[in-house]
Amino acid sequence: MQAYLEISNVGIEFNTESGTFRALQSVNLKIAKGEFVTLIGHSGCGKSTVLNILAGLHQATEGGVILDGKEVNSPSPDRAVVFQNHALLPWLSVYDNVELAVKQIFRGQKSKAQMHDWIQHNLELVHIEHASSKRPHEISGGMKQRVGIARCLAMQPKVLLMDEPFGALDALTKAHLQDSLMEIHSNLGTTVVMITHDVDEAVLLSDRIVMMSNGPAASIGEILEVPLARPRSRLELADSAQFLQARQRVLQFLYDKHKYPGTVAA
Amino acid sequence: MNQIATLTPQLKTVEQAMQNTVESPQPPRKWYRNTWCVPAIIHRSLRSGSLSFIGILLFALLWQSTANNIDTSLGQFPGPVQVVEQIQNLYSEYGREQQRRVDFFARQDVRNAQMLEADPNAEIRIRPYTGRPTFIDQIQTSLLTVSFGFVIAMLVAIPLGAVCGLSEPIYNAINPIIQLFKPVSPLAWLPLVTMLVSALYVSEDPLFEKSFVTSAITVALCCLWPTVINTTVGVSSVDKDLINVSRVIRLPTHTHLLKIVLPSAIPLIFTGMRLSLATGWMVLIAAEMLAQNPGLGKFIWDEFQNGSSDSLSRIMVAVLVIGFIGLILDKLMLAVQRYVSWDKQTVLR
Repeated sequence: MQAYLEISNVGIEFNTESGTFRALQSVNLKIAKGEFVTLIGHSGCGKSTVLNILAGLHQATEGGVILDGKEVNSPSPDRAVVFQNHALLPWLSVYDNVELAVKQIFRGQKSKAQMHDWIQHNLELVHIEHASSKRPHEISGGMKQRVGIARCLAMQPKVLLMDEPFGALDALTKAHLQDSLMEIHSNLGTTVVMITHDVDEAVLLSDRIVMMSNGPAASIGEILEVPLARPRSRLELADSAQFLQARQRVLQFLYDKHKYPGTVAA
Repeated sequence: MNQIATLTPQLKTVEQAMQNTVESPQPPRKWYRNTWCVPAIIHRSLRSGSLSFIGILLFALLWQSTANNIDTSLGQFPGPVQVVEQIQNLYSEYGREQQRRVDFFARQDVRNAQMLEADPNAEIRIRPYTGRPTFIDQIQTSLLTVSFGFVIAMLVAIPLGAVCGLSEPIYNAINPIIQLFKPVSPLAWLPLVTMLVSALYVSEDPLFEKSFVTSAITVALCCLWPTVINTTVGVSSVDKDLINVSRVIRLPTHTHLLKIVLPSAIPLIFTGMRLSLATGWMVLIAAEMLAQNPGLGKFIWDEFQNGSSDSLSRIMVAVLVIGFIGLILDKLMLAVQRYVSWDKQTVLR
């Protein structure tokens, strides 16, 4: 397989007060262009660390990441991150939040009018254009996360990294956002790496589910292909045998890990 | 029997009412109830306003009755009645002094006009008026001094706090100095500042009087610290996710500071500035009193030295005015903070 994004032999150690702590050990993963991959695993297993290394926010102690033929060693808009708590600037309006990123990234490439159209276009993609002049505290949690996604899409990233983006949302809002995300993914063909705790979400959205073993020195335990045809509809999938089977596999993996945790780490 | 029969339905409704209150808890009953359906905001301010009024009234009564029983070598301790009297006195003194000033310049103009009429080449001299500064003049001087000192302090404190907040090593280097000077009283600085100003501020035609500069610098030295510390905390405690956002979109340093760090620190910077202004106002009175710089502090000291039977009441007026101005200054800062701060949700007090 021609890898678009390649994680090879990545390990990371953190210096803590009680000595060095090895969080990840020999993580290997190849992701194709346009693929939707979710990382799932118990809390503290190093999912977020993998994502931060992909984003360039953390530096791997050994091994490395190659995206589209280039090594990843610092943060870049190529690898936009959707944070769990949306990370919108509370003093800027929805529009201005997206504009801050767009202005910085497309300076000298787009005219003012083009930038405006581009911002509007991205707000429309996540169905938030009606609230563009609102401040983050005036809109709901789901809407905030939509803005977070719009800001990332506006960066035209090669990979969209999502750190438990819907973790703090209620079930209905979550379902809406998942549908929006599937729509965007199929329209734009974005490559997505997403962290989740939600097994249903992982099966519904992903092409592949990467299940991580428990830390310390966590690694990839198992990778599950989800062979469901797209576009997927959550109602039809609810009693599809393939869906249930995939769901069962992931649950089994997580349950086994929980029953026999690798070590004392939480 | 009839009576009981007629009472029962009433009892039932009371019971129902009680059950209702259990289901939807009503706010506790206040002594002042909104029985005339006045709009909520007026209703609320009426309630808090009338409570404040009662508080002040009780305080005034207690004050007057205590004051009547205290005799000092300068006569009876002033109660509210004497204070109100002196407020009127001080105001009419100000009016008289203003009139004298106007008369002085009118006389001077007439005299100069006469001299010019007699000899068109006569040298005209316009003399400044050198009357006694009144209470109102002292208030103006104090306000000017505190503003000047506060502005100097802020020009130093906010950049210094920002630098400390941004750089851990610089913070570690500067922090001991801050901690050392923070608890120093203004009175300790005063002699040093006075000597420094008279040594360094030498000018043929000074823009400000030396005493003014001395007080202002003393104020600045003391009201520096709350803003430095709060700015440091504000700048260094920016949400980590927001910093990561800035890293991902690769904001250049100056944009990062301007668009992310500064707005995020604004609420704490303003908290510091409010504390600083309050400190500055307190410090100023002490400095003026000790250094005999013009202002409210000097007014109090002069009255004390004067030792007339009105002195204590006049000092009491000054005390109330100082408190009132301090209150107004804080409310002004609060209004600015509300206007500037993005965080409209937090209740500012």
